[in-house]
Amino acid sequence: MGIIKKIRSNFSSAFKKIFKRGRRRRIGIYGPPNAGKTTLANRIVRDFTGDAVGSVSDIPHETRRAHRREGVTIESNSSSVVLDIVDTPGLATKIDFQDFMARGLSEEESRRRAKEATEGVVEAVRWLDDLEGVILVMDSTEDPFTQVNVTVIGNMEARNLPLLIAANKIDLDNSSPSNIKNAFPQHPLVPISALTGDNIDVLYEQIAKHFG
Amino acid sequence: MDLISKDKLDRLSTVEKVRMILDSVEQGKIIVLESGLAPNEEAKLIEATMAKIDPGEFAGIEIESYPGDVSQSWLDKLLKKPINRARLTVIGPADQLKMLKRDQDVISTLVSAR
Repeated sequence: MGIIKKIRSNFSSAFKKIFKRGRRRRIGIYGPPNAGKTTLANRIVRDFTGDAVGSVSDIPHETRRAHRREGVTIESNSSSVVLDIVDTPGLATKIDFQDFMARGLSEEESRRRAKEATEGVVEAVRWLDDLEGVILVMDSTEDPFTQVNVTVIGNMEARNLPLLIAANKIDLDNSSPSNIKNAFPQHPLVPISALTGDNIDVLYEQIAKHFG
Repeated sequence: MDLISKDKLDRLSTVEKVRMILDSVEQGKIIVLESGLAPNEEAKLIEATMAKIDPGEFAGIEIESYPGDVSQSWLDKLLKKPINRARLTVIGPADQLKMLKRDQDVISTLVSAR
């Protein structure tokens, strides 16, 4: 695409964005297993509707089906945005049933969970094509530069869609949101604890700003 | 171990790349891609990998690449040009390839025999 055409296209999308304010947007909550996606989805939905999205667990791949919650109005200061929130299964490149057995599940249950987890990952990948923005949840106690994070960010950048990074688990002593910021400096980042609610108001402000 | 040149990767379609990678990894090979994969190709590779996972037989893949250069010129930012993260990438069976350490320019991995 020529430079003039590209600039025109960007101005056109910005113009459309201004006049589409108030329209409901479909936002996906993505991240690796056990990053806190469902904990965050539950907190957002509870704070604004009083309900919950799904169950949480210390065992990875607790969420093995995408859950959509429609029409969640997020209000922050003077702005608000209406979102359809899709809580997706954790993305991974490997799933070993023995990891589940090591956490105390039976072999039969572990094999079933592994099978369902693979289907969940496929569903999460397919949802990427149907979203208008992503909240990427990263565990700020872990190395942020994983293939899963890079793949989600790369796909959003390639499609020119908004992305907000939630650097989760700042309630833990060894958390380091700055590592995430250094790895992906070009995207907005909010350090949060989805579990305790630390800094969650700032996240809501940024959601209203970036997805509104 | 197979080291795949950028020229070869450029000649292959997404389907062919994913097929080549997974066929090799299932045979226990380590693949080194000179230029990495595009974001949509990475997504297709993850999707195809999940379809191949067989508990007790194949647990999936390990895939690692350098962090890449994330700096952009003002013109690239104005044009919202995607950042090119595709750099040398190592892919192998999850039960044989383990990433030990990674920084801006070095990936250290442990490769074990089956």
